[in-house]
Amino acid sequence: MNHLIYLYGTDWGMGQFPICSVWMILFTPLVAAALITLLTGRQKGLSAALSIGAILISFALSLRLFLLFALKGIQHHPHPIQWLVVGNTVRINFGMTTDALALLMLLVVTGVGSAIHIYSLGYMKGDPGFSRFFACMSLFTFSMLGIVISSNFIQIFIFWELVGVSSYLLIGYWFERPSAADAGNKAFLTTRIGDVGMMLGILLLWSHAHTFEFTELKAKLPTLGLPVGTLALIGALIFAGAVGKSAQVPLHVWLPDAMEGPTPVSALIHAATMVAAGVYMLCRISWLILPSQTALWLIAWIGAITALMAATIAIAQNDIKRILAYSTLSQLGYMVMAVGLGGPTQAMFHLTTHAFFKALLFLGAGSVIIALHHEQDIWKMGGLWKKTPITFWTFLIGTLALAGVPPLSGFYSKDEILLLAIERNPMLFVMAVATAFLTAYYMGREVFVVFFGKPRDYHAYDHAQESPWVMTLPLIFLAALSIVAGWYSKVPDFLGPPHEAQRHSSLLTGGLILVPLFGFLVAAKIYWKAEPSDAPVKVALGNLWTLVENKYYFDELYHWIIQYVQGTIAIVCDVFDRWILQRLGIGGLSVGTGLLGRTVRLLQTGSISGYAFLIGLGVTVIIYYAVVR
Amino acid sequence: MTSAITLNDYLIVSGLLFALGIAGVIIRRNALVIYMALEMNLNAANLALIAFSKFNKLVEGQILVFFVIAIAAAEVAVGLAIIVALYRRKQTISVDQLTTMRL
Repeated sequence: MNHLIYLYGTDWGMGQFPICSVWMILFTPLVAAALITLLTGRQKGLSAALSIGAILISFALSLRLFLLFALKGIQHHPHPIQWLVVGNTVRINFGMTTDALALLMLLVVTGVGSAIHIYSLGYMKGDPGFSRFFACMSLFTFSMLGIVISSNFIQIFIFWELVGVSSYLLIGYWFERPSAADAGNKAFLTTRIGDVGMMLGILLLWSHAHTFEFTELKAKLPTLGLPVGTLALIGALIFAGAVGKSAQVPLHVWLPDAMEGPTPVSALIHAATMVAAGVYMLCRISWLILPSQTALWLIAWIGAITALMAATIAIAQNDIKRILAYSTLSQLGYMVMAVGLGGPTQAMFHLTTHAFFKALLFLGAGSVIIALHHEQDIWKMGGLWKKTPITFWTFLIGTLALAGVPPLSGFYSKDEILLLAIERNPMLFVMAVATAFLTAYYMGREVFVVFFGKPRDYHAYDHAQESPWVMTLPLIFLAALSIVAGWYSKVPDFLGPPHEAQRHSSLLTGGLILVPLFGFLVAAKIYWKAEPSDAPVKVALGNLWTLVENKYYFDELYHWIIQYVQGTIAIVCDVFDRWILQRLGIGGLSVGTGLLGRTVRLLQTGSISGYAFLIGLGVTVIIYYAVVR
Repeated sequence: MTSAITLNDYLIVSGLLFALGIAGVIIRRNALVIYMALEMNLNAANLALIAFSKFNKLVEGQILVFFVIAIAAAEVAVGLAIIVALYRRKQTISVDQLTTMRL
């Protein structure tokens, strides 16, 4: 009976916090995915309605829980369901976390997810796999929500892998294109590398603490007295999982390729969900990372390097979505750096605002792509601001928010991280400011080349038209959020106590406003003309341009490593298998047995006298040894 | 003076008898004769048993001999039947020709 009360909540009144809601938030998308896959695959409209309805229900419930908590401070600690017990030591629960962090993330995932689901109605119109698309989207949403509410390491790892699987399905959605199928494989395999590290970290932590529960671990960790090295190793291994999912250097290579998926997928994966999962997980387990200086140092540096490197790559890309992909890498680097600098709340703040404006930018890019009939090369666009006004204005808002222009949301969250950086590590601050400048620069380049200047492909330009309302409405919704999300500057306070240091040094903030403006100015100087081109930058940067244009040759390096290192290992294994095992081992055994059989067969003469002689001889020998010796 | 017959003498005779039996089994071709040689082996063993029984003053050896004789008689009945059956089938009891088990 108690069990039922736990499941369905003790009271349905507003005053209580029905746990049922949390379960419904999580499982409604899964039910939708199952129904679409099993029953309604033929009826496209019904499938889409199911999927969109499911995420809207999740969104409404998340919003309600969030408001209950934010306004009335009602929070419940739901009782976990015991799921798996192995012996006396391993006990795995299926629990729910409903703290401020989880509620905020639920809201971001379902809110942005809803906008993207509705947008997909327009973007995926007429696609033969329409139902499959929505089933995968719902499955993905379910997996992501599972990560958010997880209350222990095993649970989060399971949903973590589910996200990997469903992202594979979505990235490789157009599987008939080899490049899309390859990109799906690449994303799955690359993130798996990080996941192995994460699993090792979880097991290592368990071997010391003997529990997987976050709350228990948090309480237990200081009493364990773990050596500094072990703590750093656990932190670094679990961080490896985040490196894979959040596409940090050196496992970032999958994310730009993931652009092969449909644009709503890019928006979903790159804005609110999959890549945010890594940062969210780091914030969730910040109590594990914060005590270890080494782990923090590693995380901060990886984040900063990713941020700067991705920003430099973005300045030389020609695909409208790839520029945004590298921009995502760069912003994720910011968040990871913030975690490494000891500011998970700042990271979460940036994650939230970033989810809004990056989803907006991707959906805007999708709208441009649709308007031009699946053209993604920015050099074949131009002058579109007159043709697609809503897309242009919302894209511009997203750009300004991303660059960090006040009073848009990106400014506040980025400001928090930069202030944190200058306080903790000036070197990283310099890198972050350089990234901020580059961000404004490459986004300026994209806007000027895509929306201004003379159209370079008149045929496409003449046919270009604004997208239908199902696509523009989510754009407007997200644009509004991108503007206001930063104003609620209590978000960091909401998540935890503010750090004591002086928050706003007005001089510094004033200086930081100038950075993106300067970036836009440089971009405008080069690209705001009738026929913009990369030529002046190419000349100015020389070989550096080639380097960033080729993404620092990471793909080539990995290709080389796979070809030579893995190839060599494969050849050695092949020789071992073919010659040592097969020929010497199995073959030797069989040939030896055969030869022995042939030899022994010679004794089978058929002559009874011969047998009798041998028997007698044998008995004599045995007796001789038994008696005489 | 003729010394008394010792256990060794009995055992030597028994051993010789046994060797003779083995030699017969190995050398002779006629299945019937091989059979007789086998019987000689059994009786060599019987002799050894009797000798031990007498010199150790234990009656068990003699009891065992009765068992051997009884079993040998039964065995002869079966063995001869086999030989007769074999002869009917193959028209020979020479083991040189009975080599169907050979490859």
